[in-house]
Amino acid sequence: MDTVFQIVFILVHIAIIMGGVLLHVAYLTLAERKILGDMQDRLGPMEVGWHGILQPIADGIKLFFKEDIIPSGTNKIIFSAAPILSLVPALIGFAVVPFGRDSLHIGNVTFAPVLTDINIGILYILAFASLGAYGVLLGGWASNSKYSLLGGLRSAAQVISYELPLGLALVGPILLSQSLSMVSMTDAQGGGFWNWFVIVQPIGFVIYVICALAETNRLPFDLPEAESELVAGFFTEYSGMRFAFYFLAEYANMILVSSIATVAFLGGWHAPFPFLEFIPPIFWFMGKVYALLFFFIWLRATVPRLRFDQLMGFSWKIMLPLALANILVTSIVAYFVRQ
Amino acid sequence: MSSAPSYLPILIFIFVALGFGTVSLLAGRVLRPRAPYQEKLYPYESGIHPLTDARQTFPLRYYITAMLFVIFDIEVVFLYPWAVSFYQLGGVALLSMLFFIGILLVGFFYAWQKGAFVWD
Repeated sequence: MDTVFQIVFILVHIAIIMGGVLLHVAYLTLAERKILGDMQDRLGPMEVGWHGILQPIADGIKLFFKEDIIPSGTNKIIFSAAPILSLVPALIGFAVVPFGRDSLHIGNVTFAPVLTDINIGILYILAFASLGAYGVLLGGWASNSKYSLLGGLRSAAQVISYELPLGLALVGPILLSQSLSMVSMTDAQGGGFWNWFVIVQPIGFVIYVICALAETNRLPFDLPEAESELVAGFFTEYSGMRFAFYFLAEYANMILVSSIATVAFLGGWHAPFPFLEFIPPIFWFMGKVYALLFFFIWLRATVPRLRFDQLMGFSWKIMLPLALANILVTSIVAYFVRQ
Repeated sequence: MSSAPSYLPILIFIFVALGFGTVSLLAGRVLRPRAPYQEKLYPYESGIHPLTDARQTFPLRYYITAMLFVIFDIEVVFLYPWAVSFYQLGGVALLSMLFFIGILLVGFFYAWQKGAFVWD
């Protein structure tokens, strides 16, 4: 009986996290369109609901009822499974993200602010995030379209190239907090914004944010789906719900990388000043994530897209040596400060 | 709920996420229209019928990039446990890691000189 209760409890907890993430994904698409509209001096979606507030729901219903076309010559099993393979890693990463300090009490059950605090949290997220690249690569290959194949290949090359500096940038926070767990990493940054790792690891933070943009295929690194040359890249042939899954995966990944950046560099749910701690920690966490997401959208409206050779060269010739140098300096300074 | 961190919720989460994907695809199958005809099922190729199969040869550069990635990703995996126990290991660990990164850097600059990072 106890085991059954525990599994039901975990299922409810997962439903809360997944529902929250999917709700945020839906409204992130609306926020992106609204912000881009505002930056380009137009209104964005206005028709569905007050100022387009119901637009994501209308989009969701439309995609759900769309015909699902499987083109001739595709590998049907891989074509069908690839979007799910892309979506699952983006969602399950949130299992180890600590959203706040306080537990949520509903009746006499208590939900901890993190689903499970495993001691290899950040490694777990990175390992599963790498699996997401398979969804893109397999989807592009299975489509039997030249645009999809090129988009999938480009995406795989880009994601693996930027994963190295991304992983190296996170070594700084891991070294300083002596832990891979997201919870202890947050705990190591309490007390005020001067304890946040972004203060001692500014280069690491910049490398992380740039690589996170590339990992999530966001502008200026959105070459896998460069409309001007590859139509829609790896999901050219996808329609209906399968298309929606790729879309969900991209936006869920944006929220996930912003959450990691918040935990690893921006103090997690900690308030910037001790006297601001009366505001519930979850609002600080979400505020930091929203600020990063706004920055991502802002970049999309501001910077032009890179060329593919520039993109690859930038990762291998600039980001990787810079990330290594950052680790060397950090470890040597940390060693002598500790002595 | 027990206090010890557990991997069970992650396993359940994987199944829930997989289930969410499969169920919403299968549920949609009953509800959405299905009217395929040959022109609709052609892969997109700017309005013409595709002349050749899309799965042709592609540049070897992608393969070289993947190989370099494997080498350097193993380095990242080595750095994580080193970083976690950095303060307990002391100076010897710092020196050996410097030595290790130094060896990798030699290989890195060799690959650079060989033009592995040039895309044209």
